[in-house]
Formats: sequence, structure tokens, C-alpha cells
Amino acid sequence: MSAPAKPTEPKNPVTSRIDALFARLKAANEKAFVAFVTAGDPDLDISARILAGLPQAGADIIELGMPFTDPMADGPAIQAASQRALAAGQTLKGTLDMVRNFRADNDITPIVLMGYYNPIYTYGVDKFLSDAKAAGIDGLIIVDLPPEEDDELCLPAMAAGVNFIRLATPTTDEKRLPDVLNNTSGFVYYVSITGITGSAPPQQKAVADNIARLKKHTDLPICVGFGIRTPDQAAAMAAIADGVVVGSALVDVIGETAENRAQTVDKLLALASALAEGVKRT
Amino acid sequence: MEQKNSFRAGPDEKGRFGLYGGRFVAETLMPLILDLEAHYEAAQKDPAFAAQLEDLQTHYVGRPSPLYYAERLTEHFGGAKIYLKRDELNHTGSHKINNCLGQILLAKRMGKTRIIAETGAGQHGVAVATVAARFGLPCTVFMGATDIERQKPNVFRMKLLGADIRPVTSGAGTLKDAMNEALRDWVTHVEDTFYIIGTVAGPHPYPAMVRDFQSIIGRETKEQMLAREGRLPDTLIACIGGGSNAMGLFHPFLDDAEVNIIGVEAGGFGLDTPDHAASLAGGTPGVLHGNRTYLLQDDDGQIIEGHSISAGLDYPGIGPEHAYLRDTGRVTYVSATDKEALEAFQLITRLEGIIPALEPSHALAHVGKIAGDLPADHLLVMNMCGRGDKDVFAVAEHLNVEL
Repeated sequence: MSAPAKPTEPKNPVTSRIDALFARLKAANEKAFVAFVTAGDPDLDISARILAGLPQAGADIIELGMPFTDPMADGPAIQAASQRALAAGQTLKGTLDMVRNFRADNDITPIVLMGYYNPIYTYGVDKFLSDAKAAGIDGLIIVDLPPEEDDELCLPAMAAGVNFIRLATPTTDEKRLPDVLNNTSGFVYYVSITGITGSAPPQQKAVADNIARLKKHTDLPICVGFGIRTPDQAAAMAAIADGVVVGSALVDVIGETAENRAQTVDKLLALASALAEGVKRT
Repeated sequence: MEQKNSFRAGPDEKGRFGLYGGRFVAETLMPLILDLEAHYEAAQKDPAFAAQLEDLQTHYVGRPSPLYYAERLTEHFGGAKIYLKRDELNHTGSHKINNCLGQILLAKRMGKTRIIAETGAGQHGVAVATVAARFGLPCTVFMGATDIERQKPNVFRMKLLGADIRPVTSGAGTLKDAMNEALRDWVTHVEDTFYIIGTVAGPHPYPAMVRDFQSIIGRETKEQMLAREGRLPDTLIACIGGGSNAMGLFHPFLDDAEVNIIGVEAGGFGLDTPDHAASLAGGTPGVLHGNRTYLLQDDDGQIIEGHSISAGLDYPGIGPEHAYLRDTGRVTYVSATDKEALEAFQLITRLEGIIPALEPSHALAHVGKIAGDLPADHLLVMNMCGRGDKDVFAVAEHLNVEL
């Protein structure tokens, strides 16, 4: 398909809050803590408070899940999060509104939407991109849009100035890697295991080897996710990557505090702080 | 040679049938799907693959399946001459085995050592468990907990055949949820696992591959009808969940403009209620399970659970090639309700001594709606894609009979 991106030449210069963040972190020799929560989980009010509290708790980037009935790449924790949010009435429009409200007080922390293509397709790609941009969304991670389907959303997103962040996986071989990195901007999300979210923790050595492989093809920051649950695991991954994503462990707090919703926000933000400390330890 | 403007030309190199189809999957699966496509293309060109498949179809499945003139049914409706394509006589009791044999031969070619599958009514699950036993591969079948409850005979058959049955409790616990779980398993075991998808859906090349393996139904029908009546049939009718039996019957006839083709979706409690599984009649285009097609969904793009009396039809999507054939108008899509299917089930059982599955009972219900108004020389073929052994308990319950 396309020629490999030259390592020296940054591809797709969509300048964004994400680029600014990684520039700041690089200057300070720090790694990024990326916190995942699902929008509207367990309800709009608590979810908005979590979102507002995450930057203070140490999240450098917020990855906000767009709930979907059929999250095929997600394990039980994030499936449950989607179901709670949908049961509470969350919609894609509601998710965009949440981000717009967040932006009234925070114009720095990048927000990346993560999810599946169908709700966006149904919303309408052009309208979605224009509304997302206006709401203050910086990037998109869409699980079921591989490079083969770039015409659908990736290329329109780039044109609209929204980062399209691609997932690279252990099965992404040398032949595919240039295609996967092409049209990617903001950062690269390295999926540390072949599996679904919330699986067993990744092996540091294997991940390190794969990151080294990716680095030969791109200058973009590389964040690692899937299976990372504890501050120690986060510290281990931060030692070898530019950022660490934690999702299921945070979302589990929302599931575990179902009987006592007064604790949900504080407990989740406390875990986020501990994870951020792990990431910054290196 | 394919004619210009052929309805049989798809999919294109992106796996599209017009707007529909494609490869909407996670990156982890993408290399695997490209590998599968390459192996399938190589297998298609390999006479040894075709020869082995044909040998199994003849001696293991019992093909060709008969094209049976349903004399009493014809008399009953008093119109069109009704033929039944008897794919319910296949080994395992449905058309599903046609596809499973093709795919397991491909799995062996690719050196895969583990088989997974999703199943709704259990017909596909039984067929997969059967070929897995025949070829000595371990097999895991994902099945919605609700479906396990209403398809107990098939669940036990799969267990006897050595399959590991994984109940799926997410969502409504039906076919769509089983497919999600199978995809999650696949992404976790990409190295050694082959996913035998049971219908003409999923990411490219599955819709085309399953169609090709099922097209033997239509090719045989064509030959048998020419031998029997000296001409092509006037009307083809088949039921549609994902649409594999229908695509198998329809595909060889798509460019025969004189053949009227009708697909029958599951109307559940009626299209004017929310409880049906008619994706074409009541759905809109969307992306699910690796392909773009018509889906039952709400305004926010959230998928709605389908409902049908038949566990094999209550899928909220439909194969992408059917979506294309609907938009182009080549195939007409209608629906039959639970009640109509149940009546047709009883009618054919009494008139022809054939207990059909609830799935083709939907097709039969539509035959009943049109046959009487057609002339006596009108040749109508209905695909009897499955037998009803698995459904007798469910039917008894619907008829308020205690066994």
C-alpha cells in the first residue's frame, strides 16, 4: 500500500492538545498516565464529577468510552460499564455534551473518545466530527476501524483536525506496520496482549521488544494498554513506553461501589492518583 | 463468464457488496483475516480441495439433497407447483453442514488446531461440533443462555459430539451475544484458532466464503429442476436470519432475470411491534460484527435485540449481500410472524409428513400466502433448510401441550 513513514519526519501534523501534552512531558522527562472511563457510567452526574476530578488526580489524558451495546473487544468490566451507562440513558450526543461542559473549566487535558464505529456512523460522520471538534475532543480511538477502512472516519477526522489514534497489536507484523502507523496522529496505542480489555497483565519484556519495533517506524509517542491494573504494573510499563493506559481497574471501582454511590467518585479518583504515582515513579 | 452488470460479481477487493460488507474488525484480527482470505483464494484454485469437499458432501452429508415435489401441499393451496429442496435431510439435519465442511477443510489447510463457533438455534453448533469430531479438532461453541434453554436437544447433541459449550449471559443471551463472545475468544487465541462463522455475515471474506460453500444448494436445484421440468423455476423462497440458506439457494439464480426470488424474514409478533427480527424491513444500515449491513438499532446506533419464535432467525442483522440485493431490488424481502410460522409448521407436518424446523416454517408461511394465486404451471421452490426435531419441545410449549 503506502511507503513506510520516515522516522525523522512526523506524519500528519494535526497539532492538538495531545501534541502539546507530550511536548511538555518530554521536556520534564515524564510519562503520560491515560485514564479510561466510560461516559455516563454509572450515571451522568457521577460520570461528570469523575471526569472533572481526573486531571487533579494525575490523569494526563482522559480516554472517554462511548458506550455501545456490543463492545466486541472489551472484557466484562468495560462491557458492564457500557451497560450501566446505556441503562442510565447515555447517548453519543450526551457524551459530546459532557465533554463540552468539562471544557468550560479545563482547556488543557486532552480527551480522546474510544469506542465502536456504529454509533458514530448512525450519528453521521461529518456532523459527528464537527460536533466533536466543537465540543473540545482531541482524538478518536475506534476499535473496529482498521487501516483497510480509513475512508470511513480516519481520513475525514484528519481533515477535520481530530487525531485518529490507531491500535497496534502483537499481531501487527512488519508488513502491516507502515499501514497501521500511516494516518495515525497524536500517539500510537500499543495493545499489549492479543485479547480483550481487562485480561491478564502483559509481559514487560515482550512489550519492550514490540515498542522498540514500533519506534523504528514512528516518532509518535507510544502508550501501552490492556491488562494493566496496579501502580506497580503501571510503573513497569511506564519504564518502557511513553504512556500507560488503565481502564478496567478504574471502571471496576464503579461496579464495586454500586451499593454505596457516595464513595464512587472518591474511590475511583484515589485509585487514579495511585496509578498516576506509579506512572510518574520512573 | 460473468455477464456485465451481474448481480453475482460481488464482493469487490474491499469485500464490499455495494455499500455493504467490508472488514470492520479490531487490528488484532486483521492480519488473520487477510491470511484467511489468501488461503481461501488458494483453496478455490486447488482441485484437490474441491475433490475432498465433494467426496465428503456425497458420502458424509448425503448430497445431492432431493428436490421433492410436494403434491399434497400443492393441492392444498391450489395454485403453484411446489417443490421442496430437502436440505433438512443432510447429515446433522440442516444446510449448516455444507459450510462447516468447507471451513474445517480450510482450517486444516491453515494448520489451525482449535475450532470456535457461535450458534443460535444450535443447528450451526451441531454441524461445527460434527465436523470437529470428524476431523479430530477440539471445539468450543458459544451459545446464548436463553438459546441454551430453548434448544436443549441440540445442546446435548453438541456435548455428545465432544464440544465445549460456553453459555453467554451478556445482552439478551441470544445469537448476537454469542457472536460477540466468539469474537472475544478469537482475538485472545488468534494463533491457533479458526472461527467457523455460520452465516453469510462477519468480516470479508466470510460472507462470500459461506455463500460459496452454501451455493451447492442452488446449483443442485438448478440441475434438478432442469432435469425434472426442463426449465428454471419461476419463484424461489427461503427464510432469512443471517441468510446463509437463502444465499445458497439464490446465488446461482441471481442473473436469471426470469426467476422471481423472495427472502422471508422473521416477523416475530409483527412488524408493527418492537418484537421482530426483520432487519431489512425494520432496520437501517449500520456496522456490527465486522460488516456494514441493515441492523435493528435505535437512533443512537445501539443494537436492538431481535425477537423470533425461531432461535435461528432472531439476529438483529443480515448478511451484507442480502442488503445489497434488497437495495438493488433483485430480491424481494417479506416477513412472516411467529404465529404464521407455527401454523405452517403444523400444516406441512400433517400434509407431507415432514416436520420442518421453525426457520423454514417462515418460508412456508409465505408460500401459503402466494401459491394459491399463482397458475398451476408456476414452478415454486422452497428451501427446506432444516428439520424440526430440535423444535418439538418449543412447539409443544407454544401449543400448550405438556410432554
